[in-house]
Amino acid sequence: MEGLGRACLVLALLVALYGVGASVYGARARRREWVASGRRAVYAVFALAAVAFGVLEYAFLTSDFSFTVVATHSSTTTPWYYQAAAAWSSQEGSLLLWLLLLSMWSSLVLFITRRRMRDVTPYATACLLVFAGFFAALLVFSASPFAVTATPVAEGTGLQPLLRNPGMLAHPVFLYSGYTLFTIPFAFAVGALIVRRVDAEWIAATRRFALAAWLFLGIGVLLGSRWSYTELGWGGYWAWDPVENASLLPWLTGTAFLHSVMIQERRGMLKVWNASLILGTGILAILGTFLVRSGILDSIHAFGASTLGVPFVVFIGVLILGSAYLVVSRQDALRAEHRLDSLLSREAVFLFNNIVLVALTFVILFLTFFPLIAEALTGTKRAIGPPVFDKFAVPLTLVLVLLSGIGPVIAWRKANAENVRRNFRLPIAAGVVALLALAPFTYEKPLALLMFAAGAFVLGTIGQEFWRGVGARRAMTSESAPVALVSLVGRNRRRYGGYTIHAGMALLFVGVAASSAFQDATDERLSPGQTVSISGYDVTYERPTGELLVRNGRLERLEFGAVLVVRKDGERVGTLRPNRGYYPTNTPNAPIRAAFEGEATSEVALDAGLRQDIWTAVSPELAVLDTEIRNRDSVLVAAAQKAGTNLDPVRFAQLRRVYFEQILKRYTDNPPPATFRLIVSPMVTWIWLGAILTFFGGLIALWPAARGDRAVSRATAGYASRVARELGRA
Amino acid sequence: MDPSRKRKTRLVVALAAAVLLAAALVYTSFNTSSEAVDPGRLMASAVVGRSYELTGKVANDSVSRSGRTMEFRVRDREGAASVPVRYTGAVPDPFREGREVIITVRKEGAVFVGEKDSLVTKCPSKYETAGETPS
Amino acid sequence: MDPLALVAVVVLFVLVIALVALPLRSGTAEAADERERRDIEALEEAKRAKYAEIRELEMDFRTGKLTEDEFRIQDRARRAEAVELLRRLDALGASQVLAAGPGPPVGAPDASRGEA
Repeated sequence: MEGLGRACLVLALLVALYGVGASVYGARARRREWVASGRRAVYAVFALAAVAFGVLEYAFLTSDFSFTVVATHSSTTTPWYYQAAAAWSSQEGSLLLWLLLLSMWSSLVLFITRRRMRDVTPYATACLLVFAGFFAALLVFSASPFAVTATPVAEGTGLQPLLRNPGMLAHPVFLYSGYTLFTIPFAFAVGALIVRRVDAEWIAATRRFALAAWLFLGIGVLLGSRWSYTELGWGGYWAWDPVENASLLPWLTGTAFLHSVMIQERRGMLKVWNASLILGTGILAILGTFLVRSGILDSIHAFGASTLGVPFVVFIGVLILGSAYLVVSRQDALRAEHRLDSLLSREAVFLFNNIVLVALTFVILFLTFFPLIAEALTGTKRAIGPPVFDKFAVPLTLVLVLLSGIGPVIAWRKANAENVRRNFRLPIAAGVVALLALAPFTYEKPLALLMFAAGAFVLGTIGQEFWRGVGARRAMTSESAPVALVSLVGRNRRRYGGYTIHAGMALLFVGVAASSAFQDATDERLSPGQTVSISGYDVTYERPTGELLVRNGRLERLEFGAVLVVRKDGERVGTLRPNRGYYPTNTPNAPIRAAFEGEATSEVALDAGLRQDIWTAVSPELAVLDTEIRNRDSVLVAAAQKAGTNLDPVRFAQLRRVYFEQILKRYTDNPPPATFRLIVSPMVTWIWLGAILTFFGGLIALWPAARGDRAVSRATAGYASRVARELGRA
Repeated sequence: MDPSRKRKTRLVVALAAAVLLAAALVYTSFNTSSEAVDPGRLMASAVVGRSYELTGKVANDSVSRSGRTMEFRVRDREGAASVPVRYTGAVPDPFREGREVIITVRKEGAVFVGEKDSLVTKCPSKYETAGETPS
Repeated sequence: MDPLALVAVVVLFVLVIALVALPLRSGTAEAADERERRDIEALEEAKRAKYAEIRELEMDFRTGKLTEDEFRIQDRARRAEAVELLRRLDALGASQVLAAGPGPPVGAPDASRGEA
């Protein structure tokens, strides 16, 4: 079967190369059938990638250990849904997933736009096929998922336990979808620049693709953040890790683009800026894909230093040079039609928003690559920690949040200063009230306090906008309030979707500010019965837990944990059950010790609420079990030696399991102290809620507006009344 | 002010702000960064009191825990040089002998003391253990 | 490679060639009015964007961001721009071209037309 997979990839590469040629030829010779053929090449790549991916998934789901990737990333004791996800936990599988998603989204977009922008789409098709061809080439020549061994092992090494989490199923898919979706506006920008057609059609199409990419990438980043919080033993959701940063960069520039493209739409300005921005976003997406697998920066996400570094760097270099050339050589098509009318306009606010976002992007880019920059400049590699990122990111984000509250209140082109003053009264009042109300409790953390006030300001603006919008709608149509709200949003999806996003992001940043500035964390070593106080809560280590987990008849892991009871003012408010799972290795001369030599993962216990989260992880001390482990090991080894070739593996496994149960019981009967990390973080849930609201707003903005009838009128009526009529119809 | 002067002023202000930001960035990053070293280099040139970011592999048979403190040795990725580290703080789940770690350390006497919660273990793409033999 | 996989590869190969080569059998050079149609589509999109702008302007006025005077001035200007677009569309014979050959509403996949 691996031959089928390999053949699919080779075929995909060949088809991609053909498609590039067909599309470009079709464009230049103006032959539609070649353009269609080139587009179908994209569909073909998708079909081939899907078959190859299917072969790989089948191998994983049937635990076919003749496939090297299956043997090294999965096992029979891995649950089937994690077996499926294990396919993309490997370098090779993840590249195949990238190719699959790229070709899938490209096929969808090219199908939808097959009759539009006919001079642009062939070049966009060619560009997307170049991307596909690059990844196909990597898969064929450098990182084949279909490598096989002639002597397959009996049992695979299993999926890294840290990755056995629902987030692992979704995070890479969303992230890669975001990355691949950003290559699409990139490709359409390349096409538009080549044919010098950077017009309203291009704007409308590109904006939609960029918004979809923004949505998926955002969800992917958020899932990773949530996974870190609920799965890893440090209790945080953002570490300014190089790979985290790399996924954020295209999202930031994408956000900037979504705003600044609206300026181009209205005023024909910032064409060079927008083209550069969307091209840069696509490049940052490829950079992010590269960074996670290159090993050039020290990160927790190391796939390990690989041989893929050089091809990627060359490819990124080509993309940068090509983009720069296009923008410079097409300056005539990118000339601005107008200038900024007034600083008191929505365009100006969007411009400031862009400046802040690009500044933030630059800061994060610089600090992420700082170790390499320092090495290049001074000869020694230097490292910086998260606090430096915060120092710059926090003030910039604060400004951004404020801008997101100012923008909605200001009209396009030129706002009336008097009106603006009047419109700001309520939101500013909201901000000031929040500031004064919270200052007594939070004055020690001024930046957080400012963020709270900014959040209130933004929510005040958004609330006011919805209120007025509903009022305006009702004045026109005398609908009831709920109906007016729905039709208001339905008819102004971009605007109110955007407002919803702003509200969601404000909530998110308020949650971030609260949970980072006012967190209470402690590490305590407790014996059963002991209590520790934190943030007004009394946490008692009630009793230990020990459990043996078996899957498919095989031992999956041993769990050593604890039951913690949380009380406030004497009343029981919650129970936490953290544990640590130990996954056994296969060490023949120490079958019991083997259980503790393998991977260990923390199962975090989380008591989440609107006011705060109580988070805990446990580190049991297992040294007291050493003697028992040694004794039982010698018994088992002696028995195995005595039996020699007559060893009955079933009975051996049974005996081993009995001994494990005994050791677990020894732990729970006479428990040693354990170290607990306890963290009480206020308002973490607001981060997740804010994110959900943001993505809900994104969906609203993305939803296609019902296209009014093509008002084809041969009427003899005047143009003005025609405009009025067509306006009224929609 | 005529429009073109207004525009020029705006451009100058924007550029000045950008230059300031860049300067602040470069200054802060170089000042608060610590040298990234491997064990060999650390042994050779460590200065007492300065913090370093140490990268290397956890040496086999070197890990011992007592209470909340852990002691282990970090060795060069390829090579024998290794340094002793004493660390109190969160230990990441993937931490094991033979794994690559990054930790911020400060020299104190003969031992390097790790900064609290600065220990990072690289997530291995391969998981090197196996389950039971099939029954 | 086992025989089943080999057969699958051959089948896939044939299918891919068929998919990609099918349009080539009906070789049609771009019709003369293609350029015009594209210009019309581009103008239609610009018209849509202009209409959206006019509606947003009214929205801005009704939610209190503009005075009535300012609104009227800007509204008049935008409508004039819309009229200009309509004029240009008509100059290209939009009504005739569009009425004659029903292209699909821009953005909606038209399955009945068979183009893929």
